[in-house]
Amino acid sequence: MVASANARLRLETVKLTALFGQHRAVRDVSLLFPAHTVTAIIGPSGCGKSTMLRCLNRMHELTPDASVTGEVLLDNVNIYGGAVSPVELRRRIGMVFQRPTPFPTMSIYDNVAAGLRVNGRRPRTEIDHAVSRALQQAALWDEVKDRLHTSALDLSGGQQQRLCIARAVAPEPEILLLDEPTASLDPAGTQRIEELCHVLKRLYTIVIVTHNMQQAARVSDYTAFMYLGSLIEVGKTNELFTKPTIDQTEAYITGRFG
Amino acid sequence: MSSFPIEGVPPGRPSAETRWRSLVGNDRSDRVYRNVLTGLALALPALILIILGVLFMGALPALKRFGPSFIWTSTWDPVAEVYGAAPMIFGTLASSFLALLIAVPLALSVAIFLTEFSPRWLRQPVGFVIELLAAIPSVVYGTWGIFVLIPFLRAHVVPPLKAVLGWTPFFHGVFYGNSLLAGGIILAIMIVPYIAAVSREVLLAVPGSQREAALAMGATRWEAVRSAVLPYGRAGLIGAVILGLGRALGETMAVTMVIGNRHDIGVSVFQPAYTMAAAIANEFSEATTHLYLSALFEVGLILFVLTVVVNAIARILIWRVARGQAVGSQAL
Repeated sequence: MVASANARLRLETVKLTALFGQHRAVRDVSLLFPAHTVTAIIGPSGCGKSTMLRCLNRMHELTPDASVTGEVLLDNVNIYGGAVSPVELRRRIGMVFQRPTPFPTMSIYDNVAAGLRVNGRRPRTEIDHAVSRALQQAALWDEVKDRLHTSALDLSGGQQQRLCIARAVAPEPEILLLDEPTASLDPAGTQRIEELCHVLKRLYTIVIVTHNMQQAARVSDYTAFMYLGSLIEVGKTNELFTKPTIDQTEAYITGRFG
Repeated sequence: MSSFPIEGVPPGRPSAETRWRSLVGNDRSDRVYRNVLTGLALALPALILIILGVLFMGALPALKRFGPSFIWTSTWDPVAEVYGAAPMIFGTLASSFLALLIAVPLALSVAIFLTEFSPRWLRQPVGFVIELLAAIPSVVYGTWGIFVLIPFLRAHVVPPLKAVLGWTPFFHGVFYGNSLLAGGIILAIMIVPYIAAVSREVLLAVPGSQREAALAMGATRWEAVRSAVLPYGRAGLIGAVILGLGRALGETMAVTMVIGNRHDIGVSVFQPAYTMAAAIANEFSEATTHLYLSALFEVGLILFVLTVVVNAIARILIWRVARGQAVGSQAL
């Protein structure tokens, strides 16, 4: 499947505001994430881009005193509506964090299977199949297929991060959220993850937060620029980077601040 | 400004000799200070070795007379001068095991509740009260055991236990009140604060990113605790339990007051039993002969070695968590 203008709508925010106590970290953001595309959220540190991402799978509300107003629509259902369970929601939306977070006491296999096991009991063969499929999608299979039952901590940082991607995609979510996934990786590891984004968008709708503008330009189809919690500008990546319409965006992408 | 000498020191360069002397003076007071502290600090480890030595010397006649059979002999007859510590060793291990059986689920639940589920305003007060339990003198626990716990067990716990599990050897026979069951429960209550407090520290040391990783893949709060938090803190939690075990093994007063103090090995928790600590406390004043006293010393030696080993294991496990070495360790 290839991204197209009339692809089915998947994910959208409507006047989304995220608060820590009284502080508004995200202000009135309305943003559409087209299906089977990579949308990058860029902006200087503290602009609310990570908070924005964490609102999409209701991780934001786990922080004490955090709250949300506005809506996040997933297939036209407000995920903050009373009937939606955050646990079920997070099974449809995978997430990868800044630093690799493998479960240290588990093997490579068990790490990938962890997301499947919380979804209820499944036959062993089905889990085997899902684990190998997820590791292949994360481009890690060839490196670990002979040592699936060794500790996940024996992997390098870049491999651990791909393991976390495998863990996130194993339950076959529809959306993949990447929160600065290459922040702690070396250039080679970064390149592997960026290549993955191009491949994985055929299967998932991807939202990636990054402070690295070159990365956003390389991996994304759409880019949203946030500043001080507000959405300043959003557009097709090549257009936003070549002819931004708003001065603040231009100032940021040309390196005059941030 | 900075080139002027410090106030009180005469202006001009002090002679080389003066400077040298002041250095020597400083050196001497430092040395005295250091030696005093070193001496005091070394006194504690030395004390442990001295205690071990005294116990060993005291136990020597019994060691020579009975040899290793002291450990598995059940007779304790001061008149015939035959001594064996098997019932006390059994009673110590059985009452501690029973205490762990009751205390571990309770203490872990408390620690998990306080770190993972409790509203924040409740954490401090509940944690504080539980730690206060450790401050109650053990003779108070014993008194409470005699006048509250045992009547309660007799009226409300033993009848249903017998009705349901009376056919098993563990719940067989008449309940006399003072029993292994009462001793185990008292011990459990006494070690809950230790296990809960250490477990809470261990769980607090688990990084938040581990919880988030589990929650983000669709785990419920409980699944996140079970699949991410508890495995991560595994070594430290085991350390906490063993620390509790160490306390249970050595606890004396409260157990003596409720366990029945009978030299006998019985599998029923309704029967009276004895522990090593209780025996030493009860019988020291009656130990009129040389050999009797020596036998008690040997009991003390066994108890000492057992608790030191158990506590050492617990400390090592907890250190490994604190230094992050337990992460991913295959040792456990």
